[in-house]
Amino acid sequence: MCESQQVAVREVVITNTHGLHLRPVMKFVDIANQYTSEIRVDKGEGSEPVDGKSPMAMMVLEAPKGTRLRIQATGVDARETVDALIRLVESKFDEE
Amino acid sequence: MEIIQGISVAPGIAIAPAVVLDAEEYRIPHRHVAPGQVESELNRLARALESSIAELQEQRTALAAQLGHDAADVFNWHIGVLRDASVRRSVEQLIRAKQHSAAYAASFVMRSHQRRFMQMSDPLLAERIRDVRDIERRLVRHILGESREDLAHLSREVVLVAHDLSASQTAQISGTRAVGVVLDAGGSTSHTAILLRSLGRPSVIGVKDVSTRVSGGDLMIVDGTHQIVIINPDEATLAHYRSEEQAYDRLIVELQSLRELEPITKDGTRIRLNANIEFPGEAKTTREYGADGVGLYRTEFLFLRGEGEPTEQEQCRAYAAALKGAGGRPVTIRTFDLGADKYTQEKHYEQERNPMLGLRSIRYSLQNLDMFKTQLRAILRASVHGPVRLMFPLIISLMEFRQAKMTLHDAMEDLEDEGVPFDRDIPVGIMMETPAAALLCKELAREVGFMSVGTNDMIQYMLAVDRGNERVSRFFTPSHPAILRVLRDVIRTCQRQGVDCSLCGEMAGEPLYTLLLLGLGLRDFSMAPRNIPEIKKLVRLVTIPQVERVARKALTFETERQVTNYLRDATKKVLPGDPIY
Repeated sequence: MCESQQVAVREVVITNTHGLHLRPVMKFVDIANQYTSEIRVDKGEGSEPVDGKSPMAMMVLEAPKGTRLRIQATGVDARETVDALIRLVESKFDEE
Repeated sequence: MEIIQGISVAPGIAIAPAVVLDAEEYRIPHRHVAPGQVESELNRLARALESSIAELQEQRTALAAQLGHDAADVFNWHIGVLRDASVRRSVEQLIRAKQHSAAYAASFVMRSHQRRFMQMSDPLLAERIRDVRDIERRLVRHILGESREDLAHLSREVVLVAHDLSASQTAQISGTRAVGVVLDAGGSTSHTAILLRSLGRPSVIGVKDVSTRVSGGDLMIVDGTHQIVIINPDEATLAHYRSEEQAYDRLIVELQSLRELEPITKDGTRIRLNANIEFPGEAKTTREYGADGVGLYRTEFLFLRGEGEPTEQEQCRAYAAALKGAGGRPVTIRTFDLGADKYTQEKHYEQERNPMLGLRSIRYSLQNLDMFKTQLRAILRASVHGPVRLMFPLIISLMEFRQAKMTLHDAMEDLEDEGVPFDRDIPVGIMMETPAAALLCKELAREVGFMSVGTNDMIQYMLAVDRGNERVSRFFTPSHPAILRVLRDVIRTCQRQGVDCSLCGEMAGEPLYTLLLLGLGLRDFSMAPRNIPEIKKLVRLVTIPQVERVARKALTFETERQVTNYLRDATKKVLPGDPIY
């Protein structure tokens, strides 16, 4: 693996009323796609990680309000990627 | 010739050959391609993705312009999925590794995602399966190209026949030459019905099995005014409808010219003609029909988008948009009339045996106070953008009205504490739509700011008839003598108590009843925007003593048939040769 690769992981709980529905999902992947890092998102122990840049995968993840998400980024901008996504989720996707 | 009864969602007459959309999916011609064709299949996929996205972007813009951004938002996800690199990789892999055709591979991948949605426990998320089907259909259509009839490129006028239409298919109709729509499925409050109504093409839904009974090319007559569909009409019927259609078209043109004229009777009484709307974006277009304001803004659409409970901010934005669109003319917002619909029924652990008599409307709001308060806060916050009136639906008692008003006061106090500005003197009224409320009209009139008679529910509860039930719907009529008496009493009581009374049921937009309602003393009507010119025309042709005579006479009859015949004759005398009935 290339030296400049970093891995960043953080967890966040979904608190907006609708959870990951149409609009929040699009906001999430729109931000995710601004970064070069690979992004994996899962719902904790034993759940299968999905591609955080994929609108389909993020919807299929099935994450209503109260779900704990684990967001992992791998790449040169891993840290910034994860921070930006966490900020979005914590701000309730700027919807409320 | 075959005549089938359905539920009308948009009036008017359409005559054209049928195009039948399969209830089934597209039949995909080839599963495998020759090894040498893999590259060209990959190119087909790339082109189809691009053109699907372009088409969606166009539709999104068109729909947003027409109905506002909320209605168009769902397409963003569709576009996102078509740009989704993971999805595209899986499709391309199937083409490369298994030499599947692009159409087959795309369909296969979308189907596997549909199965995941099917297993979901959250009903709102599971609903998204319809969107994935929608995306699949669009993509496959673009891959297969011109081999299928594309709605947008129809070379002649058609009547669209289908089992059901998705939201995006329905939205697509606005840009096509489909002059009428007929569906197997549907209730009058479904998402599709609401969109069809806004588009204003003659449409009849809930026509059992029609998509299997009709073949492409069959001549169809859609009579949205009489809620019927005629398949392969005989000569005489066709001739009759052709002349009706022409007369209707002439009338529409003539009515447009009425827009600038005021609804004043011949002897100088100003009548208020308001519009009923479903989407905030419609508020602006009601001005084109010459509406005095919005007499009924149904807010349920915020729920029917399928994203669950709308947030305070979402609602506030929608209400503010409606108020701004109305441009200073008053807007009456009705609080959620939920219940007996998909959203609430899915939330119940047990299905209600009789949802129309169940936990619906104001009862549902009063049992879900957080939701209710959120809506009230949103309406109050929006109230700084223009004159707004607040209306509670399905009130049966004073207690209910007081409870609702108390919740409103709570919301007001909270906003005051937070220093948020709003209109403290917002008029608060009720829908007069239950027999109980009608009998308590005098007592209610002392406490409410205004009343609006909802004849659809009033007739349903007075006559004990579900008009969506085809076996009894023929009993549903505003002409029933009992309905006439209730209307007389309610309007009279409001006049005596000095309370504003309007009428916002479908009856308000039916020319057959205009003379009667004016004669009973009604001065404020609210109806589908497109009915306004027709009613205005009638208003301008009568005098108050004349319509009072009509109302007095109508009240003397014992049967609904006599009432209907009499009103038809009376109206024809005022408007000879009018084809509306």
